[in-house]
Formats: sequence, C-alpha cells, structure tokens
Amino acid sequence: MEWETVIGLEIHTQLQTSSKIFSGSSTAYGAEPNTQASLIDLGYPGMLPVLNREAVGMAVKLGLAIGAKIADRSVFARKNYFYPDLPKGYQISQYELPVVYEGTLDIEMDDGSTKTVGVTRAHLEEDAGKSLHEGFETMTGIDLNRAGTPLLEIVSEPDLRSSAEAVAYMKKLHSLVRYLEICDGNMQEGSFRCDANVSVRPKGQKEFGTRTEIKNVNSFRFVEKAIDYEVERQIDVLESGGEVVQETRLYDPAKGETRSMRTKEEANDYRYFPDPDLLPLEIENSFVEKVRSSLPELPDAKRERFISDYGLKAYDAGVLTATREMGDFYEAVVKASGGDPKLAANWVMGEFSGFLNKDGVEIAEAPVNADALAGLLKRIEDNTISGKIAKDVFEAMWAGEGDADTIIDKKGLKQITDASAIEPIIDDVLEKNPQQLEQYRAGKDKLFGFFVGQVMKATKGKANPQQVNELLKEKLKG
Amino acid sequence: MSLSPDDVRHIAHLARLRIEEQDIQEYAGNLSRIVDFVDQLGKADTDAVTPMAHPLEMAQRLRDDVVTEENHRDEYQQNAPATEAGLYLVPRVIE
Repeated sequence: MEWETVIGLEIHTQLQTSSKIFSGSSTAYGAEPNTQASLIDLGYPGMLPVLNREAVGMAVKLGLAIGAKIADRSVFARKNYFYPDLPKGYQISQYELPVVYEGTLDIEMDDGSTKTVGVTRAHLEEDAGKSLHEGFETMTGIDLNRAGTPLLEIVSEPDLRSSAEAVAYMKKLHSLVRYLEICDGNMQEGSFRCDANVSVRPKGQKEFGTRTEIKNVNSFRFVEKAIDYEVERQIDVLESGGEVVQETRLYDPAKGETRSMRTKEEANDYRYFPDPDLLPLEIENSFVEKVRSSLPELPDAKRERFISDYGLKAYDAGVLTATREMGDFYEAVVKASGGDPKLAANWVMGEFSGFLNKDGVEIAEAPVNADALAGLLKRIEDNTISGKIAKDVFEAMWAGEGDADTIIDKKGLKQITDASAIEPIIDDVLEKNPQQLEQYRAGKDKLFGFFVGQVMKATKGKANPQQVNELLKEKLKG
Repeated sequence: MSLSPDDVRHIAHLARLRIEEQDIQEYAGNLSRIVDFVDQLGKADTDAVTPMAHPLEMAQRLRDDVVTEENHRDEYQQNAPATEAGLYLVPRVIE
C-alpha cells in the first residue's frame, strides 16, 4: 500500500526580551542557578503576574510577517500539571483565544517548487525551569532561571507531507524570527525548539491517521531523522495489522530512534481555564500599526529584490538571504566593489562562507569584512589578478596579512599583462616541448590546453589566462 | 451525572491528593451532586453571550521590558527544605 505522511509542527521560540514575560527578572542565559528567579517566577503565594509589553509586540511582529490575524482581544489561561520545574503547578499560556491566528508561510523546496503552509496560531506563554538529573544521588536539582522566559509557540496546520518539507518550514521560520529580531534562534541553548506531530494514512484517504508527538527535537538534521524513523515505525505497525497509539515520543539521537515517553495512565489532562490573575489582553490598532512600521524587509521580499536588482539565480538569492546578516554583508560588498553582483555572490557564497564554516565564526567576527572583500573583487575585475590567484590572496587576508593590495604587492602576485613579458615564456614552452608541438600542428587540437597549462605553470599562475590564449593561438599558427 | 470510583482516583491524582480507598464511594457521591448542581447552568441560553474571561470589565495593563528584580537567592532558599550549589533539590524525577 502507498502511504502518505502528515506532519504538523509546534515551534517554541524564546523571545529575546530583557526581562521575563510576567516579572522583572532578567532573561540572560548562563547565569548562576536561581539568581534570576524572583518571587513571581518561584510561584510564591500572593504574587501577581504583569505582562511584558515587548513580548506582546514581538508576537504581533511575527503575526504581521506571516500575514496572520492579530486578535484585538486574547486571553491567558492556566495549563495545569505538576512537575518540579513548574513551581506554580500550572503554566500560564493561551488556549481558546491566542494573540495571533490564521497565518501562512511559503516554503521553497530544493527542486525549486514552493508550497504555502498554514499557521494555525501563535500564542504567548511562559517557559518552565530546568531539571538536572545528574550529580545528586537520590535527588533532582532545579534551576528556575528559565522559568517565566517568554515563549511564542507557533503551531502549523497539518500541511506538511514529508520530513524535507518539515525541515524547510522549520528553517524558514528560523530565518524569519531572526530577521524580525524576536528570537536569537540558538538551538543549542534551546531558544528555538520543535515538537513534531506525525501520522500516516493510505494515500487518497481523507481522514488523518492516529498521530504521535515527537518532543523537543533540537536540530534540523534530527527533525528529519526523527520524522523519517517515526514514519517507518508507524507504517510497520499498520502493515503488520497493529494500531498506532496516540502518545508522546522522544527522539534518541544516539540510537536514531523514537521511543515512548509517557504511559497511557498519565495521559495529559491539563484542565485549561482562564487565569484569574490576568485580565484579557486588548491590542489596539495603533499598537499594531506601530509594530508594522518597525518591520524590516522580510526574507521573501529581499530574495525577490536580489533576483531583480542583481540578476541572481533564485537559488543563490535564497542562500544570500537566508539570514539578515548574510544579506546585509552581500549588499555591502556589492556596494563597496561597484562591480559585478554575480562575482560578488560567488565569492560571498564560496570562499567567504567556506571560511566562515571552517572556522565556525559569525559574519560579524570574520577577519575579512565587506570592504576588504570588495577590495579584492576590484582587483579581479581590473585584471590585476586572476580568480585563481585571488583565492590565495583571500586566504592571506583571512590570516590577517593585510588588505588585498598589500598582499598582491608584497607577494608579487600582480598579473602579467605585458605581452612582451609573456611572449618569451611561450617561446620557451614551445621550444621545450617539440613533440607536443608537432602533434598539435598535425591536428591534435586538444593539446592547446596543455600549452596554456605549461605557460601558467611557468608564470606561477600570474599570466592573464585570456591573454595567454590569444598569444598562444598566434604563435601556434606560426 | 455520576462519577465512578475511577474518576475520583483520577481527579485525586491530578490534584496530587492522597485519599483512602474506603472514602472513595462517598467522594464519588458528593462530587456528583456538586457537578449536577453546577450543571443547571447548562440550561441557560447563552447563544448571544460573549464568554467572560474575567469578572472585571478591564483590559490587561502592560509593563515596560526592564529588569527590576535583583538576586535574592539566599533569602528565598531559606524556605526550601533542600538546596545544593544554588539548586533547589526535590525527590528524584525520572522520565
């Protein structure tokens, strides 16, 4: 039987506010345990939460960016469950009336196709603390610094049909929240976490199959692997006559499999009800418009502009707009070099990105800035150096040996464009290879490349390849 | 509406209440009567009524995003039965 996969994603993004969603505690990462946990975060009796305006603004920002509706009135609810890293015995979240609903996100697949994915809702809630299970014999350590950090949970429609689509959606959202500067997207620190709802159904069937929820998968690669494993598992269960149990499962990256996390007896029963400590959140139009005017150019718009303004291919434009930093860097290079935008694109995506990855550094920390790279591109365009030599120059720039001109000068890499300097070298090459010369003249045209290679070798790559071609042709006619 | 002994056990578990097996029948009867009493509300016609989220006719006030809390960990942890290395200690939680 042919099966169809159905996936919906719930993505928790930590909003990058300075203080918590309901208290004035700092949200800075990495502080000493419990030094950023106030009486409100600790759930002491009699404490009252007060909502952070910035967190609301960030939720609205996301809503506007995905063309969603912004609720003029939304309500906070208590989600009740007991766990030691949740001191109050409930999480303040939103249930029936979320702040953002009915948006869409367009994703681009590797084959160039695009797809519009529905975003059901995005709601504000507080994060829980952290439990440390190791290091205390019969006890668990609790750090409540994270408790009360604002989260925006973004819930997709079950519109995704493969793990590849799920990853594309996740990457798109990851890029978007960083463009909007509402979340730092740091997956290692848990700022951007994903739960995946996965089910399968016979192709053509309308009803959804029973789904399982895979919790807390914290890398793009693991999301893909976890979903692929889970789909295979469910199909195996169904094809051997069994039934999929609706449950929460955990992905184990070491074993590459998902396993059941909670038994049925402890099925979730959250008993949501409106939190009497918080009044309804009313958002006025003026607030929404103020947020709208603060929106940056969004990834899709930037991508289209790169295609039309710089003549880039769709794929290249996509790579260069994946992050706001990359897009800004590319445009700074184009502007500073004043030359061919495609050459700039090749260098930013090629050598520059390659060295970033190799050293594991961010653009802001890169030893070669946009002006420096533009300086190198100018020397390629005015034929001072060839593209090949430019790679050596770039490497030296990255190593901190100075700007392009300094390195070209110091190492004597300037391209030889003087015909009277190249001609004797060609003569020398032809003289040293009489056999090849004879074969060439006898009709073996392929040997032309051999002669070019020999000349380039003799000049240590410094001869202008185009000029070598022309001069060689003349000589070989000889 | 009639709650079963299993319903009572489930509710007690959700609320983390330890109850005696011998009392369950009585609780089931009492709870059922409470639910029946509240159930009368279901007879009211609420088609034209907006659900009320809060009894006060007011909207949530918002605060500016500034850090106003200082570190008082040592004082707060005096109320905790067990702490170590700045962490609150609780009986081991196993997932």
